[in-house]
Amino acid sequence: MVVEVIRTEGGLALQLTGEWRALAYRQIDTALAAVDLSGAHRIEIATDRLAALDLTGAWRLREFVRHARAAGAEVAFAGTPPDQLRLVDDTLRPIEAEAEGTAPGAVKGLREELTELPAEAEVATLTFIGRRAVTLWRDMIGALAFLGRLSATALGALPHPRGLRPTSIARHVYDTGITAIPIVALIAFLISVIIAYMSAQQLRGFGAEIFVVDLVTIGVLRELGVLLTAIIVAGRSGSAYAAEIGSMKLNEEVDALQATGVDPFEALVLPRVLGLVISLPLLTVVADLIGLVGGAVLCAYLLHMPLDQYVTRVSQAISATTFWVGIIKAPVFAVLIAMAGTHRGMQVRGSSRELGRLTTVAVVQAIFLVILADALFAVLFMEIGV
Amino acid sequence: MIYPILEVCGLVNRFGSQVVHDGLDMEVREDEVFGIVGGSGTGKSVLLRSVLGLQRPQAGTIRIEGHDITQLSGGALRAVKARYGVTFQQGALYSSLDVLQNVQLPMLEYMQDLSPSARDELAMLKIRLVGLPADAARKYPAELSGGMVKRAALARALALDPRLLFLDEPTSGLDPIGAAEFDELMLYLQKQLRLTVVMITHDLDSIFRTCNRVGVIVDRRMETDTLDRIVEHPHPWIQAYFHGDRASIHLKVAHGA
Repeated sequence: MVVEVIRTEGGLALQLTGEWRALAYRQIDTALAAVDLSGAHRIEIATDRLAALDLTGAWRLREFVRHARAAGAEVAFAGTPPDQLRLVDDTLRPIEAEAEGTAPGAVKGLREELTELPAEAEVATLTFIGRRAVTLWRDMIGALAFLGRLSATALGALPHPRGLRPTSIARHVYDTGITAIPIVALIAFLISVIIAYMSAQQLRGFGAEIFVVDLVTIGVLRELGVLLTAIIVAGRSGSAYAAEIGSMKLNEEVDALQATGVDPFEALVLPRVLGLVISLPLLTVVADLIGLVGGAVLCAYLLHMPLDQYVTRVSQAISATTFWVGIIKAPVFAVLIAMAGTHRGMQVRGSSRELGRLTTVAVVQAIFLVILADALFAVLFMEIGV
Repeated sequence: MIYPILEVCGLVNRFGSQVVHDGLDMEVREDEVFGIVGGSGTGKSVLLRSVLGLQRPQAGTIRIEGHDITQLSGGALRAVKARYGVTFQQGALYSSLDVLQNVQLPMLEYMQDLSPSARDELAMLKIRLVGLPADAARKYPAELSGGMVKRAALARALALDPRLLFLDEPTSGLDPIGAAEFDELMLYLQKQLRLTVVMITHDLDSIFRTCNRVGVIVDRRMETDTLDRIVEHPHPWIQAYFHGDRASIHLKVAHGA
């Protein structure tokens, strides 16, 4: 028990006991709430047997006193009121006094102050759509400006090859390219297995199993090799770029670079973009190669096709442009992925939550842009007939 | 009764072959401000992390209000952690929460039966107590100045009304006026709330203004004494620390010379 209640003539005597601490709030709260104030004109509170009273306890006691006074009772302390109560009073009274001036009987002055603070504004649907449209538009302008600044930096750096920071580029080629080889190879292999299996099943009905080779070869070289590689790299390196640059922004490292007179575009963005422009085509070559090997393994296993026949069929199936049609897309995808990552990274400011949000945006956008560009390439290649 | 609210005995911390603490003893008594001083790399932060139960020492006991936290885990350790408040060097405010929510987070963890309005008011009480204006409550850490971050961190450390407060470099990064204000605030709260404060600091002004006793980490152990007497300690590092150019002004004042 933390409160002992004794009914006296026309009033109550409360004896507070035990530890009135924040961690015992539940007990204190229930005990005070249970005090029956009806018919009590005078309440005397004795605190001499309290073992401890902290601010949380004092605040709850003060709430009780206010509640009792509002109910018309006269509240007094036996002896001097505890210091903690005075401290709570001194801290809170200025706010409540202000609230009192505006709203009479403002027992909940603080509460009002809190609700008056600017909360999240309610946004009507129309405003929401409008706001989104403007944000989207600004985003596009921002991305264009970013591309422009990147190109200007690249052109400016061209005359001085050291300005391109070859060491930094090499590091990014390693991080985004060499270390990605195992996963890219595995996925390329599995994809060619899937195509071979699926097409073998369909083509068997026509007795045209030999065309499995055509499908695998053209599918991997023209489309899937580069597209899947780009999507893996977008997930791996697009996010890494955004997170790296974003945390450098949060840590004021980007400001430090700028203060040293180093252009962050030249030192952070350009090497990453160029690194990916070098590594993505190379990864695509690996993916193409492993894709063809996967096709060979499947054809030997599934269709009992000897290797030399597979090789002959492959060279018949592809034309001079098949490989190049695929590989030409890689640098374009690389620029899109690297731009999405670095641009979003540079937008991070304020909090770690922003970092997470923008990293997500970077990856989603990179994958979207890659697929969109691939569709545009498909239309373009059909128009020019390759 | 004066009993040690925090007692560290024979603490050993080792990382690989590097020995940070080798039989370190520390005793903090109730209602005092205890300063921890030491050169860079002497393991002040490691000591703090051990005492907070964030890292288990290789040997030794650490008692907080009598509970040996090196032997505790799970719920029992959590219960001890509710009894102390900490502010970290950079504030360590949760950047995705505003100041009010930062202060309420410990309450949400340990005082589930608090109603939302009571929680708001108690958090506001703490925010006002550390001298922050009411409109700071809805601000995010990124929008606060360095001094306000330190105060908000202090408000969060006081959320559960602990008796024991750990401050890691509370005045670092503040200008001398801001640092002096923070010292005064800390002393005021220490007296009003009867707090025991353990403070890691490099700030000589702070030490001379606030500390009752000082523990200096030298040679992987701690030399503890009252402020008047520790400055006379013969160890060369302590001599260099308290008798360097930057400290001499305080000594003159302290000795009335």
